[in-house]
Formats: sequence, structure tokens, C-alpha cells
Amino acid sequence: MTPFDIAMASLFLMLSPVILVPCCARYRSFAIHLSFSLTAAASLAAVIAGALAVQYGTITSAVVEMGLPDLPFHLRLDPLAGFFLCVIGLLSFFVSLYSIGYVKGFPAGRSVVRFVVFFALFITGMLLVVLADDAFFFLIAWELMAASSYFLVMFEDEKAENRRSAYLYLVIAHVGAIAILLSFGVMAGLANGFASFQGYTFAAMRATAYPVGWATAAFLLSFFGFAAKAGVIPLHVWLPEAHPVAPSNVSALMSGVMLKTSIYGIVRITFDFLKVFPWWWGGIVLVLGLVSAVLGVLYALMQHDLKRLLAYHSVENIGIILIGLGLAMIFTSFQLPALAALALIAALYHTLNHAMFKGLLFMGAGAVLHATHERNMEEMGGLIHRMPWTAVFFLVGCISIAALPPFNGFVSEWLTFQALLLSPALHRPILSLLIPLGAALLALTGALAAACFVKAFGVTFLGHWRGHHPIQKVQEVDATMRGGMLLAAAVCFFLGILPTHVITWMDILAERLVGGKLAASAGAYGWLWLTPIARERASYSGFNVFLGIAVVVVVAWLLLHARKADIRRVPIWDCGFEKLTPRMQYTATSFAMPIRRIFGFLFRIREETDVVPPVRHPAYPERLRYRLRVRDRFWYWLYQPVGEAAFFTARKIGNLQQGRIQVYLIYSFVTIIVLLVFLG
Amino acid sequence: MIAYSLLIEAVQVLILLFAAPLFAGWVKTVKCRMQGRTYAGVFQPYRDIARLFSKEVILAENASWIFRITPYIVFGVTVIIGGIIPLISTDLPFAATADVIALVMLFAIIRFFTALAGMDIGTAFGGMGSSREMTIASLAEPAMLMAIFTVSLAGKSTSLTHMVQVMAQGELLLRPSLAFALLAFIMVHLTETGRVPVDNPSTHLELTMIHEAMILEYSGRHLALMEWASMMKLFIFSALGIALFCPWGIAPAEDFPGMLVAIVLLAAKLAVLGVILVLIETGLAKMRLFRLTEYLGSAFLLATLGMLSFFILE
Amino acid sequence: MPVSFAAQINSVMAALILLTAFGLLIQRRILGLLHLFAWQGLFLGISTAIVGYVTGVHHLFVSSILTLTLKVVLLPWILYALIRKLNIRKEIETLVNIPATMLIGIALVIFSYHLTAPITQLSSLVTRSTLAVALATVMLGLLMMVTRHHAVTQIIGFLALENGLFFAATSATYGMPMVVELGVALDLLIAAFIFGIFFFHINTTFDSLDVEQMAKLKEGD
Repeated sequence: MTPFDIAMASLFLMLSPVILVPCCARYRSFAIHLSFSLTAAASLAAVIAGALAVQYGTITSAVVEMGLPDLPFHLRLDPLAGFFLCVIGLLSFFVSLYSIGYVKGFPAGRSVVRFVVFFALFITGMLLVVLADDAFFFLIAWELMAASSYFLVMFEDEKAENRRSAYLYLVIAHVGAIAILLSFGVMAGLANGFASFQGYTFAAMRATAYPVGWATAAFLLSFFGFAAKAGVIPLHVWLPEAHPVAPSNVSALMSGVMLKTSIYGIVRITFDFLKVFPWWWGGIVLVLGLVSAVLGVLYALMQHDLKRLLAYHSVENIGIILIGLGLAMIFTSFQLPALAALALIAALYHTLNHAMFKGLLFMGAGAVLHATHERNMEEMGGLIHRMPWTAVFFLVGCISIAALPPFNGFVSEWLTFQALLLSPALHRPILSLLIPLGAALLALTGALAAACFVKAFGVTFLGHWRGHHPIQKVQEVDATMRGGMLLAAAVCFFLGILPTHVITWMDILAERLVGGKLAASAGAYGWLWLTPIARERASYSGFNVFLGIAVVVVVAWLLLHARKADIRRVPIWDCGFEKLTPRMQYTATSFAMPIRRIFGFLFRIREETDVVPPVRHPAYPERLRYRLRVRDRFWYWLYQPVGEAAFFTARKIGNLQQGRIQVYLIYSFVTIIVLLVFLG
Repeated sequence: MIAYSLLIEAVQVLILLFAAPLFAGWVKTVKCRMQGRTYAGVFQPYRDIARLFSKEVILAENASWIFRITPYIVFGVTVIIGGIIPLISTDLPFAATADVIALVMLFAIIRFFTALAGMDIGTAFGGMGSSREMTIASLAEPAMLMAIFTVSLAGKSTSLTHMVQVMAQGELLLRPSLAFALLAFIMVHLTETGRVPVDNPSTHLELTMIHEAMILEYSGRHLALMEWASMMKLFIFSALGIALFCPWGIAPAEDFPGMLVAIVLLAAKLAVLGVILVLIETGLAKMRLFRLTEYLGSAFLLATLGMLSFFILE
Repeated sequence: MPVSFAAQINSVMAALILLTAFGLLIQRRILGLLHLFAWQGLFLGISTAIVGYVTGVHHLFVSSILTLTLKVVLLPWILYALIRKLNIRKEIETLVNIPATMLIGIALVIFSYHLTAPITQLSSLVTRSTLAVALATVMLGLLMMVTRHHAVTQIIGFLALENGLFFAATSATYGMPMVVELGVALDLLIAAFIFGIFFFHINTTFDSLDVEQMAKLKEGD
């Protein structure tokens, strides 16, 4: 069986719940188990197909006689598509496993059939986007992905805010889709000189050499379109609205893999079709990546809704991936293939890592939401005692996203740093000066991300319960949910300590896309040491870090427990003030206060403190009310003016609709005269 | 040969473990002399740690396993870092485990877990310490990275042993970029090790604590490990500064008598560095928390000037 | 002294001049500003002397001594006397906050490096690499004048700007003709006296030296 056959099997398996589940809708539990087992199997098949395609570097194409006459669908599985199949399939497998337990917990009134059908269609859409080999099929798959995710985001549609968020998501997704369509139009037209329609296949686009002006137009349009879907600043406003209101397994998939399909699009169009480009394209991508990274993490620090915080972190991580891609583009335009390979591998590695740890974090947040029915961190606390397993897995996710050794987030950020610090190799003085400043910004982002996750984990799981309803009702989640999270955490760990294997596997992508190889130098000293350029330049060994820490911890523990070592439990030290309450702990808002003061000029912040007038004595206030509102400036600078301009234009054009039949007859009459004049 | 290298590695870790309290004691002694007080002697930190190890551990009722495991992880990571920085020789097989950027992230692990432990107990002190520590650390990261990058430009690598080799054996050049990077590094050193003007290591007032607030609840052997780890961190940061900016005397591979000289030189350099630290600490007052943006901004500025000087002037 | 060693010391002096220029940007206290200005003059003098020694252009020694007398001793003393007489004590407020000023300063340095890069490549002088620093000092002096609203600090900014121009002359063409330098030095001295007179006038009219007060002189208020 070739990888392509396995991929086709995966597609069929993934579509099967759409047909099977409505039939057995009456048996709810059976339907849930069946449908998610099918999607899990399909995802696993996708992973195997993708892994084999990348491993052996095979390229297989097929033509499916569906679609319009003379415009059939083309499918292709090559290493780049295989890599993204792996990313999508791996996370979908974990989320399918997790969903069994999660969907079982839906209230009885909700329709499981509706959820499962759109879930299956969503993943199918993503798989098809990656496998599509012509513009027509690509856009159909893109629409399938967008529409099914719209319905999934709007799953709990009884609340108005959910509907509003889903609508915003749909609007921005379609604005992006139009830009992508236009960009494909430019490329298809140039591929065939507007003579026939055959330019729409990717094969034709790949073979064409584009003049610089049109290539720039195509690049800018497609980058705009894909950036809208990826959530790059300033097109990010839909992300923090749509991801939190969706069910958590859907949020995991959207954040983890749907954003990656945009990265796939950018890589495919820039490196595969357009191939030759000036360095300032890479500069735009790099700058937007840096801006998204820094602003994304700062917005995340201001949030106290757990899922919104995670959504803003997706903006940040997409920024980091774009930094890698931008550098790869800059190095390619200066003909430095080895460095371009390093930057590209860093970006793609981060894509895989982010899918894993963001999926894990959203699954953890879903577990917390499932158990406590709360999304607001200010009402949580002390969950580590009631939900120990979820806490461990969430901690693994936090450590990974904060880019700490020995987990996977560190490896890709380290590779990105190495690529940034190699910029003196470009013999352009202005770039050699500005790119290291980008490295400093990336360091700032990493440190702020760590701060944000100390806040998220600390306020949610540690300390005392801050909520109003009793904590006794909170319980650990069931085995399938824990299983999904455990597998994701394990993958995070292994991606962190075995980076040379992963890079060796991914090397063919760098070779095909930018012409440089990394694995030879990266793995030159064996699987243990990661030496991207040369051992003298830099080296890292995740396994050694883990082993070293483990050895010292175990030795210290044994030495200290050689004689009987007791621990006495006492109430917390309260400095003599006996009436400590859980409300006296630090909350999420207070944790972020210093950062809010320092970086607050980037947001619209309104803080109000009301002292409720006291009855007895002015010096002893009865109650204090504090209100904080942090708003996104981009909404007021960009979206509101654009929205108002659109409504203004629409109103003006709306004057055409007079409602009187004579006016419409005049319109028809004028049109006939004009046509006769010009065509006569 | 490999056995010889492993021996050097072991000797270095032992030096770190047992000389760190001595260095902390030396700094405290000089500080007390300068302030006209008497101190209990250079070996007092050893007695402090031994006393803490023999005491009982008292834990709050709602302390979780994170609180209990943090001292061990912090201690473990600090020892690992000690195995990576060249103290007396560049012949370290373990040093290839992490280059300077990975080293900065290893320090981040220590900070992450200490901050989590601070939030674990659920009092206001711990949360305050964690919040301030993470804010200050995130402002210090760009400055640290720029300073290290400037040195790596001169040393043509980010691997510490290689940088030391290139700079110790290269010709003596006056490099303004390194001077700026050194100033920036000193400012970041004071930040990361929690000395005045960033944080007062001997304070007991809640509003002025940062590091102390996070480890306030620890007792017994846990506190012993945390204190030892923070002394080791001071030692490591000072040794890192010496390795980056003053590496002459660190023995290359296969040079046994050179190693003995290196140990003596290291002691001398650390003694001088201790006196400089005390001069800075005694001469400055602790800054307001929000003035630290300017302080760390100046550190970033100096480091960036260093990088710019490298390209412009060299 | 071999040429390359002298070039290194010159680079160190250039770096120190740049550092003092940034220091002037971020320093809050007036006396601190005066001290930094004096140090900048000292480094400039030493740099000029070294260039004179290495290249054998002897009138640079004279201009070095002139710089040292004027900018390290005379001008700071005049300004110090002025500050004492006018009883200026408080800290200086800035238009933009300090971290933002630093970032703009860094951007200006990068910009001046970018501008002078072609000249650096074409020139064959010992001091070619310091031209970027000189241009940066000029721009930083100008930035200082823009971001402060106390009259004395604006004067110091102007003097720092002049330092940068002088340094640029040394780097690009091994100094200006002697007549020009003497003329510029005399102009500076007279300017210092005139500033003193004007400061007294401003102080008595507005009872403060904050230049924002001069906005009251607008026609349409």
C-alpha cells in the first residue's frame, strides 16, 4: 500500500461517521464511541500516510473526475503535504480519543449527531486542503473547513455572544478566502497566459516563472488571505472571540491544526510556486511575525478567561512560526541555502510542537471547564488536589509552551534563535543590525510567555479555591479524556528529547523547498547531540538535560531520605493575622498588574475603583468595587473605521433601491440603450 | 582521554557545590566590614545550611507536590548548569549539552518552578513574589540575550567552551563592544541574583521582598536546598561573567598544571568580583519596582550599543 | 605607538563619546548632565590628540588643547555658575518617557550607520569607522534638544551637537582648517555668555526656565 492509498483510506474513514451516525442517533453512547473511534482510526491512517510520504520522499498524484467538466479535482501527496497530514492526523487522533469522554458529558438536550457530522467534515476539510493539487479543489476544501468550523463554533447557539463571535469568524475567514482566490487567479492567469483554464492546476503554477511585479501581487494577496486565517496581527480579532466559545475539543483542533493549514498555504505558495523573490518579502513576514509574537503574549497576559488566554497565545506562536519563515525567505533570497534550511526547519518544527502543546493545553482547559463549569480563572484555584492528572498534563503543556528544556517548545525556539543570530552572515549591514534586535524581542516574548503560564497554572490549579460554589462537586475527568492528554504530553516530551531524529525525518522538506540540508550537520555527532551548524558553534542535548536533572534529583532525594524524614502539616503562616480567606490570594488580574502598568500603553485600559460609601465612618469603607476593562486597540483603529466605511457605502448604494416600479424600468431602459450604443 | 575529562567535570561540580557557600560568606563578610559591622565569619553559610538540613520540614496543609518537588528540581538544574560553565578548564564533556542560549533557558526553569511554588501556598506573599519576579525577569531577558550575543560575535560561537578558547587564546584587543556588554551583564547579574538595587537579599519586609517572598514558606531540608541553590546561582553567574569577559587562565584541554593555576586564579577573580559587588550594593539603594524598567532598559541599551559598536567600530 | 593600536584606542574613545551622548539623553539631574558633558569633551580631546599623533597633522594637537580648555573646563564652569545664580534645583522632565527616548536613540544610531556605510567603505583614513558615531552624536544631541523642555538642557544639547560635528570633522577630513576651528571656539564662548544674559531675562519674565512657558508668546491664545 502506497502512502497515497493510506491517505485515501483515511479520507473515507473520516467521512464515514457523516453517514453512519445519523442512523444510530438513538443510541447516544454507542454513536459517540463509534464515531470518534472512526475518526481516531482515520487520523492514525493519516499520520502513517504522512510519515511514510516524508520518510521516503514520494510524490503521488491523482485526478478525480468530480467537479466541473474540464476542471476535474487533482490530488497530490508530496513530502510537504505529508508533513502537514502528520500534524493534522496526530492531533486529531488525540482529540478524538479525548472527545469520547468530553462529548459524553454534553447535556442531554444537545444533539450529538450535529456535532459529530461537522467534526468529521471539519477534519476532512483540513486533510483535503493539504492534499489538494489545484486551485479549485483547494478553495472547495478551504470552504468546507471554514463552514464546518463555523457550525462547530456556534454549537452552543442559544447565547447571543456565541453567534456574534461565530459571525465575526465567518466574515474574516471569507475576506481571507477572497484574497486567496484573487492570488490564485493571478498565478493561474500567468501560468497559462489567459488562454485556457488549465492554469488552475498547481502543477502548471509550479512550472511558471513569474515576473516580479505579478509575483509580488500574488504573494501579498495570498499572504493577506492566509494571515487572516492564521490570526496574524492585525487580522487576529476573530481568534480570541471564536476559540473560547467553541467546545474545547474543537478549540484544540482549531488552534492546533486549522491555523497550521494557513502556514501550509504560505509555504506552498512562496517556496513551491513563486520560488524566486526579493528579500523584502521575508522582511514583511519577519516583522509581522515579531509584532504578532510580542502583542499576542501581551494580550494574553491581560486575560482572565482561560480559553481566551490560550487563544491569544496561538497568535503569539503563529508569530514565532512566521519569524522562522521570514528568515528562511530572507536567507533564500541571499542564496544561503544551509541557513535557510535551518530557519525553515525551525518554523516547521515549531508548527508540529505548537499543534501538540496547544492541543494539550486546550484539552486541559476543556477538562477544567467540564469539571467546574467555569471558564473564568478568578473563580478557580486549588484544582491540583481534586484533578491531579489534569494538573500534571496541563503542567507539561505549560512547560512546553514556555520553551523550557527538556520539552519540545524549547527545541524549536532554540533553532529559531540560532537562525536569528546567524544574520551577520548576510552581508547587508542594516539587516545584520536589525535582525538581532528581533532576537531580543523573541527573548522578551519567551519570558512573558513563561510569566503568563505561571499565572495560568498558578491561579487555576494552585492555592485555594476562589469560587463561590463548593469545590466538592469538582472531580477528575474520565479515562478517555486523560488518555488523550497523556498521549499528547508524551509526544511533547519525546519531541523534546529526540530532536535529531525528527530533524533527520524532516530534512527532505528543507532540501526540496530551499535547497539546503540540515540533518547532516545537525546530527553529525549522533542522536544525542543537536548541532545545527557546527559543534563549535552551538550544541544542545535534551536527553542529557533530562537525565542530568533526574540523576541529581534522585541522588539528592535518596541522600536526604536516608534517615527517617518526617513532614509535619500545619496551617499556613498568616503573620499573626488569623482571618486569612481565599479571597486574599493573588488573582489573575493582580498577577499581571506590573506588566499591565509597564506595557499598558499598548491597550485601551480603563480601571475604575469605587468605594461604597460607608455607613459608620469614612475611614473604614464597607465595600470596594474594582472594574478593569482591557480592550484591543486594533478594534478601534482598524475594524471600526472599516466597518463604518462599509456600512456608509452600503447605505449610499442602497439608495438605488427606490421601491417604485418606474425607477426599475428606467434602470432597464438605460441599460438597454447603453448596450445598444456600445455593441451596435 | 575521556576518563580525564570526566574527572575534570566531577572536580568542577564539586568546586561549585562546596565553594559556593564560601563565596556567599566572603560577600557577606566584606559587606559587613564595609558597613562597620562584624559577621560570624566566612564559613557561616556552611553552618547555616547544615543547621537547616537537620531541622524538621513543616508544610502548609494545602501544599501540593509541586511545592515539595521544586527544591529538588531547582537544586538539580543549578548543579547541571554548574557542569556546563567552564570554571577551571574547557575540557568538559557535559558542556556540549547546552550553549549560552540554552543556559539562559535553564535559569528560566528555576524561575518557573520557584514562581509556581510561590503561588502554591495561597497567600498574598507568594503571589506577590512570583508576579514581581516574572515581570522583572521578562524585562531582563532582552538585555541578557543582547549582551550574550555581543560576546558571541567576538567569540564567533554560542558554545561557552569554544568562546572561552577563542577569547583566552586570541590576541589582546581593546574591544568597546565587550566593555558595553560587560556593563550590561553586570546590571543583569544584579537582577538575576536578586541583589541591590533590584531586590534586597537580606530583607524581611514584605513589600520589598521578591525572591524571599517566593521561598517564604519553605523550612528544613527544602529551605536548605533552596538557599544552597541560590548561593550556587550567585557563584554561577559570577563565574559566567568571568568566563565571558575575563577568561584568561582557564586551562585548555590536557593541561594538568594549568588547572591548578586556574583554580588559584578563579579564587582570586571571584574575590575581586565579590568586592566589586559589595561596592555596588553598598553604594546604591534598592529601586522602586517601576523604576526597574528604566534600569533594565539602560542595560538593554548598553548591550545594544555593544552590538552596534561591534559592527560599526570593529 | 603602532597605527592599529592607536586606531583601537580611537574606537574606544568613539564608543565612550557615544555612551556619554546616550547618558545625556537619559540623565535626569542637571549637575549630572554637566559632568557627562565634561566627560564627553575629555574623550573628544583625547581622540583628537591621538589622531593628531598617528597621522602627523600637528594642528590637531592645538585643537585638542582648545577642546580640552573650552569644553572640559570653561563651558561647564560657566554653566555651573549660571545654574548657581538662577538657583535651578529640580529634576528635568522629558517630553517622551525614558525607555522610549532610548529606543528612538538606538534607531537613530542604526540610521546613521546605514547612512555612512558607503562613505566608510570608500574612505582610506584611519578614522573612517568613527564617522557613524559622529553622525549619531549629532542626531542624539538634536534629539536631546527636542525631548527636553528646560532651557539649560537645551543648551547642553546644542553643545553636544557641536561636539558631534567636531568629531565628524576629525573623522572625515582630519580636522578643519585652523582658522575655522579658532573661529568656532570663539563663537561658542560668546554664545555661552549670551545664553547667560538670555536666561536671566527669561527667568525674570516667566519666573521659570521651562521653555513650554514661551508658548504664551503666541499671537492667538
